[in-house]
Amino acid sequence: MTSVSLTVNGKAVTADVEPRTLLVQFLREGQRLTGTHVGCDTSQCGACVVHLDGEAVKACTTLAVQCDGRTVTTIEGLAAPGGTLHPMQAAFREHHGLQCGYCTPGMIMTAVDLVRRKGHHLDEATIRHELEGNICRCTGYHNIVKAIAAGAEAMAAEPVREAAE
Amino acid sequence: MTATGIGAPVRRKEDQRFITGKGRYVDDINRPGQAHACFLRSPHAHAAIRGIDAAAARAMPGVLAVLTGEDLAADKVGGLICGWMIHSKDGTPMKAGPHPALAQGKVRYVGDHVAVVVAETLNQAKDAVEAITVEYDVLTPVVETARAAGAGTTVHDEAPDNVVFNWHLGNKPEVDAAFGRAAHVVGLDIVNNRLVPNPIEPRAAVGEYDDAEEAFTLYTTSQNPHVARLVLSAFIGIAPENKLRVVAPDVGGGFGSKIFIYAEETVCVWAAKKVGRPVKWTCDRTEAFLCDAHGRDHVTRAEMALDEGGKILGLKVHTIANLGAYLSTFASSVPTYLYAPLLSGQYNIPAIYCEVDGVYTNTAPVDAYRGAGRPEATFVIERIVEVAARQLGQDPARFRRRNYVRSFPHQTPVIMNYDCGDYGASLDKALEIADVKGFPKRRRESARTGKLRGLGYSSYIEACGIAPSQAVGALGAGVGLWESAEVRVNPTGSIEVLTGSHSHGQGHETTFAQLVSDRLGVPIDSVTIVHGDTDKVQFGMGTYGSRSGAVGMSAIAKAIDKVIAKGRKVAAYVLEAGEGDIEFKDGRFGVAGTDRSLAFGEVALQAYVAHKFSGADLEPGLKEGAFYDPTNFTFPAGMHICELEVDPETGHVTIARFTAVDDFGTVINPMIVEGQVHGGIAQGVGQALYEGAVYDADGQLVTASFMDYRMPRAEDFPSFAVGMTVTPCPSNPLGIKGCGEAGAIAAPAAVMNALTDALGHEGIAMPATPLAVWRAAQASRPQPLAAE
Repeated sequence: MTSVSLTVNGKAVTADVEPRTLLVQFLREGQRLTGTHVGCDTSQCGACVVHLDGEAVKACTTLAVQCDGRTVTTIEGLAAPGGTLHPMQAAFREHHGLQCGYCTPGMIMTAVDLVRRKGHHLDEATIRHELEGNICRCTGYHNIVKAIAAGAEAMAAEPVREAAE
Repeated sequence: MTATGIGAPVRRKEDQRFITGKGRYVDDINRPGQAHACFLRSPHAHAAIRGIDAAAARAMPGVLAVLTGEDLAADKVGGLICGWMIHSKDGTPMKAGPHPALAQGKVRYVGDHVAVVVAETLNQAKDAVEAITVEYDVLTPVVETARAAGAGTTVHDEAPDNVVFNWHLGNKPEVDAAFGRAAHVVGLDIVNNRLVPNPIEPRAAVGEYDDAEEAFTLYTTSQNPHVARLVLSAFIGIAPENKLRVVAPDVGGGFGSKIFIYAEETVCVWAAKKVGRPVKWTCDRTEAFLCDAHGRDHVTRAEMALDEGGKILGLKVHTIANLGAYLSTFASSVPTYLYAPLLSGQYNIPAIYCEVDGVYTNTAPVDAYRGAGRPEATFVIERIVEVAARQLGQDPARFRRRNYVRSFPHQTPVIMNYDCGDYGASLDKALEIADVKGFPKRRRESARTGKLRGLGYSSYIEACGIAPSQAVGALGAGVGLWESAEVRVNPTGSIEVLTGSHSHGQGHETTFAQLVSDRLGVPIDSVTIVHGDTDKVQFGMGTYGSRSGAVGMSAIAKAIDKVIAKGRKVAAYVLEAGEGDIEFKDGRFGVAGTDRSLAFGEVALQAYVAHKFSGADLEPGLKEGAFYDPTNFTFPAGMHICELEVDPETGHVTIARFTAVDDFGTVINPMIVEGQVHGGIAQGVGQALYEGAVYDADGQLVTASFMDYRMPRAEDFPSFAVGMTVTPCPSNPLGIKGCGEAGAIAAPAAVMNALTDALGHEGIAMPATPLAVWRAAQASRPQPLAAE
């Protein structure tokens, strides 16, 4: 067992884990944060996307021990304290960007990362290209694309990381 | 229309939990003391089991049990069943082999269930599975659909030539006569490719046994938990229904694949009692590829007879349908009664004859996948209609219009009685939205850049609202296909609606509440929809075949009518008026011609306090139930038009435009309905261009992960152009036809008609992958489009 200390959704967490423990297992089983889903085991579907130090990663191919000393944000940590939805969450609801909801957390976390990287004015081609690592079987992506474009505009208050990089 | 009533694009009530990560799916459920199951699966497509040595596995750390088919047999656990009896044309019943949840004597496909390990942790269970030794005698597998019959090796002794049934529908002499007088005969060979449903949530199960109550609970990813309970109880013999609770909580997509009662769920609930611990199993994606029921997989020869001017005289179809290694829950109905009755499409075809050979192979079971039989039928009719128009030198849209059914009701030669529709209206609207007039110009522009542009139509029809129980019973169904509902009004006026439908993405919590809000005039937030738990909902047939609106909501509407009738009685006592004078309007019970009225909530309270009437005259309370059995199928129909561009240098296909105009009858929530159309189109385009399950000659599934099986992605699509026309369905109280499968049914033919239009020949099959398209485009080269 190896000890890891990290910040999860703003809360300091220390735990002993088997070295082979994946971040998604650590979150789902250890922290009971079941909003992060497993859909494919091969890093294709993106249902498991979370933010590691503010950047999107697939939690099914990240080891928990890799996150030692770092900050993880999951879908449960995206809304403001008090429950005000993140603009991207609100946009998914407003534009019917989800049906069964299973891919949704990963889609939203990917979308937030996308806006941070590419800015608030995203054209359709960019959004579709950037969703290469997220699979949805329900929506045909049509409303996800609309939701992300609207959510990006609504995130205008957030800084764009690319400018700093 | 109110802001939350029928027809309003109400934002979904269920979304709050999904967008905040609070959905509760089966894998999110953990029970105290839970152990974990891992299955040993067959590495061979076909083999006799000579022996299983589990001694080493049993001795491994954390292992609680290793169970095999022998243990199932010893406990007299019954096999999995197929619930639809098909008779061959000679009158003999289908030849079904046994389907034990854990193999007994033989394995019949790669992934077949050989044994299960239950251990303290999942990793311990996985490690122990690897320590089980199985001695196999490997047998020659039967893999190919078209060569399964009489292949020389037998999947099940019950069907020595691997033919489960040789079924037919229609009138052969009439069809032969039609072909005899035909001026033109058009023939087409069609392969409907095998698909893997792939909801993004893999299946999962937690079985639990309470030895104080002597009762089981199964949490499972099901589209129809009551049917699962019925089958587990009546046929598999786990426990009586009153001692078995099945819970299907949030379910992450189904598309048919979660209708069926599978081995793993059965084993989890059975093993829970054996090991005295809750037993959890979560499918990984490769297991899902191997063992979820697949879809489609037909090999078809179709021929159409036409008169001189292009009027269709007759249709003759022979299909070989691959059923896989075992008959899954509804497998036999899909290529028969869900298929051939749709072969008339939107057309007036006087004579149709269809013959279907259902065959066993050493591949995963094949059963219903989004559309189930209807996409296969639509692909046959819409491809051959397109080819006929081309061969006769007619415009495909005009050719279709000329043959459309125009008067209703219309009795087809293959069972169905179309109740209403306006196919020309859908075509007109689609032609306009798709700007078909501008297509020749766009095609010339593509040609200038060396690209091939094509346009393809698909006039689909489907039979939804499944189904009148008496009718399906006569056709071999083992169950009735009605739906139930209960409307429970609380004393404070809030309402719970219990429904036998199950939502796994369809948004029932919103649409069903819209109906209640609309009918009872109550705020939508005071309505809660309860589904997916056999302890709460008395019974239900579940969600598949686009039946939840037409059948499930009709049951709710019926129960609402009863609530209003009872409320009228209560109001009559309170308002001291005759019951006949009480009107219910805009959420108030009033005395006709007066200003005296009570709000719905006031009547609810009066129904429960029961101070204004005597128990001898009226029962207190306000709760009503209803069972709704449809009187006909419903017939959603529409026109989908695909426009695409082929790069002949790379084989890459770009969908330039996709237009869908659908007639779903009454639409409860257009936002949700359009979403269903979008998703269906993506699956249909996926079938046409990307997806295909491939078994090699040894029966190994070589497309068993998302690395190998090409799932449609966002970049594969443009935004879709969706329109509606409406002819309300006359056979149910709401006028709903159903919308869940339209896209998956219509899109494959629209895409392939467009692709063959672009290529200038019919020599390409689904999935039209870049390699296949590149090869086909090489054959297209002698026909330069610049000549146009």
